[in-house]
Amino acid sequence: MSGDGLLTLRDVAVARGGLPVLAGVSFAIAPGEALVLRGPNGSGKTTLLRAIAGLQPVDAGAIEADPDAIAYAAHADGIKGTLTVAENLSFWAGLFGTDDISRALSAFNLVDLADRPAQALSAGQKRRLGLSRLIVTGRPVWALDEPTVSLDRASVGLFADAVRGHMEMGGAAVMATHIDLGIDARELDLTGYRAALPTSGAFDEAFQ
Amino acid sequence: MIRLLTRDLRLAIRAGGGFGLAVAFFLIVSILVPFGVGPDRATLAPVAAGILWVGALLACLLSLDRIFATDHEDGSLELLATSPVPLEALVAVKALAHWLTTGLPLTLAAPLFGVFLSLPPSGMPWLIASLAIGTPALSMIGAFGAALTVGLKRGGLLLSILVLPLYVPTLIFGADTVRRGIEDLGPMTPLTLLAGITLGAIALLPFAGAGVLRVNLR
Repeated sequence: MSGDGLLTLRDVAVARGGLPVLAGVSFAIAPGEALVLRGPNGSGKTTLLRAIAGLQPVDAGAIEADPDAIAYAAHADGIKGTLTVAENLSFWAGLFGTDDISRALSAFNLVDLADRPAQALSAGQKRRLGLSRLIVTGRPVWALDEPTVSLDRASVGLFADAVRGHMEMGGAAVMATHIDLGIDARELDLTGYRAALPTSGAFDEAFQ
Repeated sequence: MIRLLTRDLRLAIRAGGGFGLAVAFFLIVSILVPFGVGPDRATLAPVAAGILWVGALLACLLSLDRIFATDHEDGSLELLATSPVPLEALVAVKALAHWLTTGLPLTLAAPLFGVFLSLPPSGMPWLIASLAIGTPALSMIGAFGAALTVGLKRGGLLLSILVLPLYVPTLIFGADTVRRGIEDLGPMTPLTLLAGITLGAIALLPFAGAGVLRVNLR
């Protein structure tokens, strides 16, 4: 494991809705690396990514990362239907203090759609807009939850190119996905880290 | 943060944003009350201040659940929470955007609606002053309530019940300012207390709102 990792997890345990989901997860990601989280539905991929994004606390262990280094993309894209594609993107760009949206628009083939209201986009186009937000954040670590949902084959290719470009510029990515993106990435199967469900004797824990 | 404010204002003005809802509601109240209690100046004038303030308060309440709910539904709230903007600033900016789209138009429209309700002219400046000073507290308290109920489906009812008691002091001092202004009984006392509530709300509630948002986003 590299010492100058952008993101390091040490024995992380997370819970969803009060029930422990994962325990003992450890990995480190250095610049230029990508990690794909695998596991069946409900195995805790989303929960782990939310913890990495800082949206929920860990039960045990530690996540070592600069909180300002992580760009998170969830199932929902956070798109406002009444704003145009360019307006949606410029808003996020301004919020993250980067202002250039042209690279993000061209990376996801959105240039022709820039002036269209986001509510007139198809599901796949919305997803592309949601993913292009990652580029305008300018943050080194991308935490992606099922990024390829509703994307067609060509768009998946665009996304894989974007991730590759990001890694070449010294970025890193952690993503939960079921498909093969053709990216040079390590894989981590979360099935082996499933936390033991509390048995009947664990009532006291619920009141702690 | 200015980006966030301009985005929220733009969303409010575009179709379906709900801008004007509060003023329309305020207008309806001011028009219907004279029909209900009779147009007689002697009956309307004494209650005008109270009705205008109750109307403004309910108009404000009407749009509260939208403050965070729309952002929560489309996932923006989670993305905003992971953005460089601190949650405290997010709550404050949301409250400011709510005030600019409800409290401020209400304040500007109030003198006209005061005429509908036969509010004596001597009360007009106090009506404007009390609304201008008091409605920011309504938006700020409302933003806190909206942050509390953000994860709930149809949280509007719970939000109203939670927020209404917190609105009572603002209502009392606001309406009292206008009443004392009309009768020339020293309206500065309730107006100062009203300003105190507003300043206290602005100073404390962004932090409380950010705290409950953090819990609700888990």
